[in-house]
Amino acid sequence: MFEASSREIRDQKLQAAWRRAFLFVTILLILPVGVILWILAMKGGPALSWAFFTDWPRDGMTAGGIFPALIGTLWLVGVALVASVPVGVAAAVYLSEYAPDNALTRLINLAIINLAGVPSIVHALFGVGAFVLFFNMGTSILAASLTLAVMTLPVVIVSTRESLQAVPRAFREACWSLGATRWQTIRHVVLPNSGSGILTGIILEVSRTVGETAPIMFTGAAFFLPILPSGVGDQTMAMSLHLFVVATQVPGVPVELPFGVALVLVGMVLALNAISIVFRTRLRRRKKW
Amino acid sequence: MVESFVSKLEVKNLAISYRGAPALSAVNLNLAPNEILGIIGPANAGKTSFLKALNRMDEMTPGMEVEGTVLLDGMDVRSWRNPYALRRKVGVVFPLPVGLPLSIRDNVTFAPRMAGVRSNQDLDGIVEKCLRRAALWDEVKDRLDSLGSLLSGGQQQRLTIARALSQDPEILLLDEFSIAVDPVTTMRIEEVLKELKEEMAIILVTNLTQQARRLADRTAFFLSGQMVEVGETEALFQGKVEDPRTQQYLEGSFG
Repeated sequence: MFEASSREIRDQKLQAAWRRAFLFVTILLILPVGVILWILAMKGGPALSWAFFTDWPRDGMTAGGIFPALIGTLWLVGVALVASVPVGVAAAVYLSEYAPDNALTRLINLAIINLAGVPSIVHALFGVGAFVLFFNMGTSILAASLTLAVMTLPVVIVSTRESLQAVPRAFREACWSLGATRWQTIRHVVLPNSGSGILTGIILEVSRTVGETAPIMFTGAAFFLPILPSGVGDQTMAMSLHLFVVATQVPGVPVELPFGVALVLVGMVLALNAISIVFRTRLRRRKKW
Repeated sequence: MVESFVSKLEVKNLAISYRGAPALSAVNLNLAPNEILGIIGPANAGKTSFLKALNRMDEMTPGMEVEGTVLLDGMDVRSWRNPYALRRKVGVVFPLPVGLPLSIRDNVTFAPRMAGVRSNQDLDGIVEKCLRRAALWDEVKDRLDSLGSLLSGGQQQRLTIARALSQDPEILLLDEFSIAVDPVTTMRIEEVLKELKEEMAIILVTNLTQQARRLADRTAFFLSGQMVEVGETEALFQGKVEDPRTQQYLEGSFG
């Protein structure tokens, strides 16, 4: 009585075939990532050493390390975070917790989506026009970081808003009905329960900021500098631009050098993404409701 | 006791709509101090909307509009400058138990802390008193620092009652509190309500007509956005109704 009809057997075979097809396509997806990492590790691996991280470029940038570019990237990312996180989180709190559903709110949402879709080179030109020239910051860490901040704001806003929305509305209503204000509810119940999600979004923002080249090229990143920046008014070297320079602009660079720079850059991004994944899994495991 | 009393709460010509679509109209009701008023009726009758209008939670609900007057101790609640103070006088218990993702202690002390109570001694006193009144103290007294949102459904519902009592409300609103609660817990909460009645007025929205019969002094019947009638509970159940639909509902003919 449990024999399958020929139609059922055919359906089962078909279903197995589809399953394999989907699996194959999914595996195709990891292929480029794997190949990129493999090539970077093979060709750039020999360049890596402790000195590579702590030395300055030497011999017309054909030898030596990446120290000033590494420090410069930390500067750029750090200042960009200081500028974008407070604004982004505040905007997300407003949109998630306060904003009425009206024309203004819809306009803001439209602006965020469009901001996310603007190509980075356009952000770069905006940065030159707005920060470098109009606000008279010159080419500086401040101008470059603010350009990066504007570019990554949508990421912070959208990810923060989604983390806030993940806190059930029933919690808010319970708090309000107890006589708590909106802000007390946000401060004591909503934000503490969306912190990990917000942090994940910020880390993803950082990992994107680290790799961006176009927005900093004309606004604050330099080809080569003999000294470290001493403040946000100075120019700086940066990892992404340094990769572009040693890969295409300087003759006679040994092949492992640009690959080494690329490997470090990709390593930074991967490490940050890994941290954000750890945060997310910890968030899921520590069930609070 | 019903014929003449000084109203704790007086509702006059209350009408509620959501984005222009009427949900409840022309409700006139009084609530005596120390009375349990039952509200029965099928889904979509406007019972929950009615409760929201009483403590001005409509202001937190997008699209919800309220007309008419609600008087608490003779004062129009809409004219209160401070809706938060109003909500502190009116405790609410929701259908699905909502333990906040805080410790049991912090769940109970949340409202007093938000209202500015700082002394740990006072707060500890509130925790014990409210948990005892909600018949939960003995079960949780040894783990007050564990998460309130991870208690069982029945315990969470008693936790929300303790929380609703934390500011000594004058009115307690219960919205179908027994929906997600086992029968034993339901009975325990019903006992609690009978005791609380000595100290406050209670509005009990319920799907269970027999629960209204067990607890309510008077019962109002809501149907499709209207209050059909309100009367003494026993009289209604004995068939002394003004509207035949009330009797049909009580007999289980529809709804």
